[in-house]
Parts: sequence; C-alpha cells; structure tokens
Amino acid sequence: MGNFDKKLERFWEIFYQHGGYTKVLTGLRNTAYIAVAGLAIGIIIGTIIAIIEVFPKYKRLPKILNGFCTFYVGLFRGSPIVVQLLVTYYVVLPLLGINIPPLNVCVLVFGLNSGAYVSEIMRGGIMSVDPGQMEAGRALGLSYSTTMLKIVVPQAIKNILPTLGNEFIALIKETSVVSFVGAADLYVAFNYIGTNSYEFMVPYLAMALIYIVMVMIIALLVRIMERSLRKSDRRN
Amino acid sequence: MIDVIDLKKNYGKLEVLKGITVTIGEGEKIAIIGPSGSGKSTFLRCLNCMEDPTSGSIIFENVDIADMKVDINIYRRHMGMVFQQFNLFNNKTVIDNIMLAPVHIGISDLRRKRIKNFFISIRNFFAKNRKPLYEINTTPSKIKAEARENAMRLLKRIGLEDKANVYPATLSGGQKQRIAIIRALAMNPKVMLFDEPTSALDPEMVGEVLELIKQLADEGMTMVIVTHEMGFAREVATRVLFMDEGKIVEDNTPEEIFVNPKNPRTREFLSKVL
Repeated sequence: MGNFDKKLERFWEIFYQHGGYTKVLTGLRNTAYIAVAGLAIGIIIGTIIAIIEVFPKYKRLPKILNGFCTFYVGLFRGSPIVVQLLVTYYVVLPLLGINIPPLNVCVLVFGLNSGAYVSEIMRGGIMSVDPGQMEAGRALGLSYSTTMLKIVVPQAIKNILPTLGNEFIALIKETSVVSFVGAADLYVAFNYIGTNSYEFMVPYLAMALIYIVMVMIIALLVRIMERSLRKSDRRN
Repeated sequence: MIDVIDLKKNYGKLEVLKGITVTIGEGEKIAIIGPSGSGKSTFLRCLNCMEDPTSGSIIFENVDIADMKVDINIYRRHMGMVFQQFNLFNNKTVIDNIMLAPVHIGISDLRRKRIKNFFISIRNFFAKNRKPLYEINTTPSKIKAEARENAMRLLKRIGLEDKANVYPATLSGGQKQRIAIIRALAMNPKVMLFDEPTSALDPEMVGEVLELIKQLADEGMTMVIVTHEMGFAREVATRVLFMDEGKIVEDNTPEEIFVNPKNPRTREFLSKVL
C-alpha cells in the first residue's frame, strides 16, 4: 500500500489531464442508456406478455399467443445474457443482413431479456390484484383490455415496484458485459485508463464505487416513487 | 325486459343452475332468496354474463346476450351491477371511479364515429348517392365536463360530495357501497343487479345502503336483488324468487311467500331465517 499515493497520481493524470474523464462520462451515459431503454422495452414487452398469459384461454388466438410467449420467456431466461448478446450480434443480425451499431444491439438484447423477466414479475403483480376490480370494470361495460390497462395494471405496478426496481438494478450491473460486442460502457472507460497508466488498482476501485453509488441512488428513487404511488392507500 | 329461457350453468361436472326460466318485467323489483349454494349469485351473475351461461338464452333488448358472438360490453352498459365487496377502483379517487366508465365509453364512441365519418366522406367523394354522416355534437372535454357534473350531482344525492377527491381506502363500508351504487347509476342503466349488497357491511351501515336502494326502487328502477335481508325483500320487492339447488322453487309476491309459502322447502328455509 506504500505506493498508493503514486498510483492515485497516475490515475488522476490519465483521468483528468489526458481526457480519461470524457470516456468515463460516455461510459456512464451508455450504461444508463442501455439500462433505462432496456427496462422501458422490458416493461412494455413484459406487460404485453403478462396480459396474454392471464387472458382467459377458451379461444384459439390467445392459446397460440400464449404458446409463443412461453417459448420466448423460456428462450431468454434459459441462456446467459452474454450468450444472447454474442449470438444476436455475431449470428442473428449478420444472418438477417441487418447492420446496427453495437449500442443499439445492446439496448435490444437487454430489452428482450428483461422483457422475459418483467413478464413473470408483472404476471405475479396482475394476479395479486383483487379479481373484483376486473369484474367491476367489466360490469360497467368496459372491455377486458381497457379494464386491464386502466385499473388492474396500475395497481399491479404499484405492487411490483420494489421488484421492478430490483430488476433495474440487476440490469445496470449486467450492462458491464456490453464491451463483448464493442459498446463503450464504464468498464471500457476504466480499462482504458488502466492500460494507459499501467496500473489497475485505482481505476477498478473507482469503477466499483461508481456502480455502487449508482445503485444506491436508484434504490432511493424507487423508494420515493413507491411512496408517491402508495398515496391511494393512505388515509387522509 | 329480461327474458331468461332455460338457463343452465355448469362448473365442470357441478351443475349450479339446472334450467331457469323467468321473465323480468319493466319496473319490477325482484328479490332472490334461498339457502347458500342454491345458485342465487350465479344466476344474477349470468344475467349480465359475468359468468357465461353453459346453455340457454337471456333476451335483453331483443338480443340474446348469452350468445358468445354478441358484444356483451354494449349491453352491460345498460345493466348496472353492485357487488358484495363493493369493488371500487382502488387506484382512482371517488369522482374518478364514477366518471371513468361514462367518460371512457363516451370518448371511444365519439372516436369511432369520427373514424366512420372519415370513411363515409371518402366514399361520398367518389359515389353518386351521398350517405349521411353521423351527427357529432360533442367533444371530449364536453363529455368529461358532463360526466363530472353528473357525478357530483349523484354524490350530492348521497351526501358524500365532500369525499369526491379521496381514495376509496379512506371510506367506510357503507360509504363505499353507496358510491358503488351511484357509480353504476352514472351509466343510466335500465336495470340494476345487486349481488348481496349488504352482506359485507357492519350492521350499523346496512341501513344507509338499503335506504338508497329503496329510493331507487321508489323511482321505478327495475332491479334484481340477491339478499339475505328478508325484511327488506318483503318491504321493497314486488316479486320474490325462492331458489334451491339451482332451480326456482317458488315465484310469487312477497306477501304470499312470506306469509303463506306453498313449497315445503320454502317453508323450511323461512322458518330458519325469520
């Protein structure tokens, strides 16, 4: 530990004087972008799948859609996200002849992946809402989908918000693998600083701290959101 | 008004309704009584197809709404339903609970008319014989304002206008149930279905809910009430149906049923509850 001061100095030199911080900022932005956009896509896909899964199944179309959803969830929960990322980037997209930048590939894969997880969370949330809520909506002449979207899903989201926050945190941490397909995230930024200063202790320590702080901030935001959504439970 | 013809309902192998035929006339107040498990609630819930009948038909406004091809949502708008557990929307304030359905249905009807008008005007542009457009004399904001006014009027009627902007979690059971009743009334239903409206209430709150139902009855609303409140059934109903084991065993005026029951099972049931 004797030369920690020296290491800190080296790190600072690359980080500040050689413009390492711009890379860190880019990395931070990309990490946030992938996680936020991924979760947004995930919530949309997850909600749709969850609604299909809880839809009454005495007609053929819901049955077919349900089969498709089961397959989708199985596919994306059954393999590690690194594998999904690599396969999408190096196999699926080239085969389809589609050329999109790595960052967007990451958003797509993370979105599809979290969609599979969110669908299960959302299904649990929807099933936790009193069936009477759906009945009341239907008895007033509202359609299944209207009642679902206006009454049941908002209550489900309130119930699952802590779990959804957890999913978001997991997503942020998982973004650390996007450098596999060449997207510039925090790891790439600090690795760059490390290679240029020939020492990795301080950069990786800084990286760890940034992740922890990010996650703590999100946990706090989820708490605040939860409290504002819970206002319908409070007596006032 | 509602003609029920040979209505049957099975849950798997369990036969809950074993062929019910009954006619509900305009302005009638029908109380359905009977032991638990006799199919009273199931019968009521079949009337607006909350439970899909296994067979038989329910003719409402000259349409068999038991037919799965019929768009049931249109007919449910004219049949108000009140539940045992109130079922107010927990994520909406009281006024939003009342306004939600009228506003949503009003606006989606308006949108549908606009889309139809758009296609008709395209067609009129090419065709020689002009088709008339749907008349549109409202706007979304007008629909909302009207629904709000109507909701406030209904809330005033039950004396809860000061509760307009609170969430249902803050209300007592009696208040919730009265709001659930006016929520159904906001759709201007032709018939009201009550599924044991006072069974989940504290005894001291039963009175206020029954009072409101009685007011509706006096105004001439057609209603079907599943109830265990025999005194209320006797006072308000114009006709009482006694159900047992999925069938209507006795169908008569309240005086006849309560004073002079014909069927031995009715007699036995009434001797226990009265």
